[in-house]
Amino acid sequence: MRDILIIGAGQAGMQVAVSLREHGFTGPITLAGNEVATPYQRPPLSKAYLSGEADVESLELRAQSFYDDRDITVRCDDAVVSVSWTGDVGTAVTASGAQIPFAQLALTPGSEPRRISISGSDLSGVLYLRDLADADALKARWATANNVVVIGGGFIGLEVAAGARKAGKTVTVLEAADRLIARAVSPIMSDFFKNAHVRRGVDVRLGVQVSAILGAHGNVTGVELADGDVVPADIVLVGIGVVPRSGLAEKLGLELAGGAIVVNEFAQTSDPRIVAAGDAVTMPHPLGRPGQVRLESVQNAVDQAKVAAATLLGVTEPYRAVPWFWSDQADLKLQIAGLSTGFDQTVVRGNPDDEHFSVLYYAEGRLIAIDTVNDAPAYMVVRRALAQGATIPPELASDPTVSLKTLLVPAPA
Amino acid sequence: MPTITYFSPDGTSTTLDARVGDSVMEVAVKNGVVGIVAECGGACACATCHVYVDEPFSDLVGGPGDLEDDMLDGAASDRTPTSRLSCQIKMRDEFDGLIVHIAPEQL
Repeated sequence: MRDILIIGAGQAGMQVAVSLREHGFTGPITLAGNEVATPYQRPPLSKAYLSGEADVESLELRAQSFYDDRDITVRCDDAVVSVSWTGDVGTAVTASGAQIPFAQLALTPGSEPRRISISGSDLSGVLYLRDLADADALKARWATANNVVVIGGGFIGLEVAAGARKAGKTVTVLEAADRLIARAVSPIMSDFFKNAHVRRGVDVRLGVQVSAILGAHGNVTGVELADGDVVPADIVLVGIGVVPRSGLAEKLGLELAGGAIVVNEFAQTSDPRIVAAGDAVTMPHPLGRPGQVRLESVQNAVDQAKVAAATLLGVTEPYRAVPWFWSDQADLKLQIAGLSTGFDQTVVRGNPDDEHFSVLYYAEGRLIAIDTVNDAPAYMVVRRALAQGATIPPELASDPTVSLKTLLVPAPA
Repeated sequence: MPTITYFSPDGTSTTLDARVGDSVMEVAVKNGVVGIVAECGGACACATCHVYVDEPFSDLVGGPGDLEDDMLDGAASDRTPTSRLSCQIKMRDEFDGLIVHIAPEQL
């Protein structure tokens, strides 16, 4: 029986373990992670957990009895610090000195928040939001914080900003680029979110440089901009992206690209006996479009982990899935299906000012993605269409009174 | 603690205790009940936790909210009048004994 070790006990790691058992693998499975909690979902950390509507138990992905019943050993709070691998068997050593032998390995280490490196970045009250410990630190300051400054206008920053504004705080979002969420949505969507947050009373500043974080007695008091302006702050929430944890992969001599672990469509790293999945990975486009992509989403963690588990058991199924994503910012529900990178045409359906609309993206006349705000029906139709390789004629898609479902054109035979 | 009985598409049934405030979906998923996928973890963003509430409980549990209603239209299995996304049903003491039938397809 070949022992399988999964390094990284987050969404992807847990899914590898679950899928291995679902495939009928009965050998030993160890899921090793550096957090105190057993695998849990991160999306609520910036939403329901922050607001107090969800607690730790509701974040957990599985009850302990689930792991026990399936003989999955979950080792928490003990990071793997080194791995040796002969190509056939290996040993992982943890921070506490435990040695875990294995015959097969899955790397699902995830990413960590990119740290800001300016003067004052180590003041108390300068916070990040990635894991449960981060969320607890943010919650501890939340009630008494009046001024919240968010550095980084991406999903994390905007979700926290929305929550802070809803709680009646004074909120400022500082973004270095000329638009919000620049890496993941089109300019139309960026503009929509800026306007929507401004309507709710958030001060959104684009194209700004932060020069220093200011404090007194070790606590943050404000953020100084390059133009000299100082924004008062009781909390500075930094959300400027994540960095894949590729350290162990690098030590194993695996190929990296842009700091992420390179895998093929079967989730195999450059050593075909080692698989990897989730946030730390870069992979071929999961719908066969050109280029390598890194997907920071629950969907990718789960779907890629399933492929990784199958590959470990010698079942070759290529990773083909429609990437999808959601972000809840106050009462704005953004849902994305497909990847809009490489679009050459957009069609707006509905009126952004209604806060209920979609943007469809096309490449060479075919539908490749949709971003929807408070338009779940459009999202659901396009998600299914993309899975089937179908398209929607762009010249017909903009009329919101015509259901997208009736406009589907199947993939060419 | 109120209990929930799930009838899975494969014919098996499972009865579990729930905390008040837990969703019908999370009790199922955390305990490995077959048939509820719940891709989005309860954010009403995927429609893969579709259940049919057993008739006698339907009025008590109530119908879907607006977003849930929209998402249900895109669910893989056909809707019935008692269709709900189980992530949106939060358990209460008065739901004790709740029975749900898990939709045959979620994806």
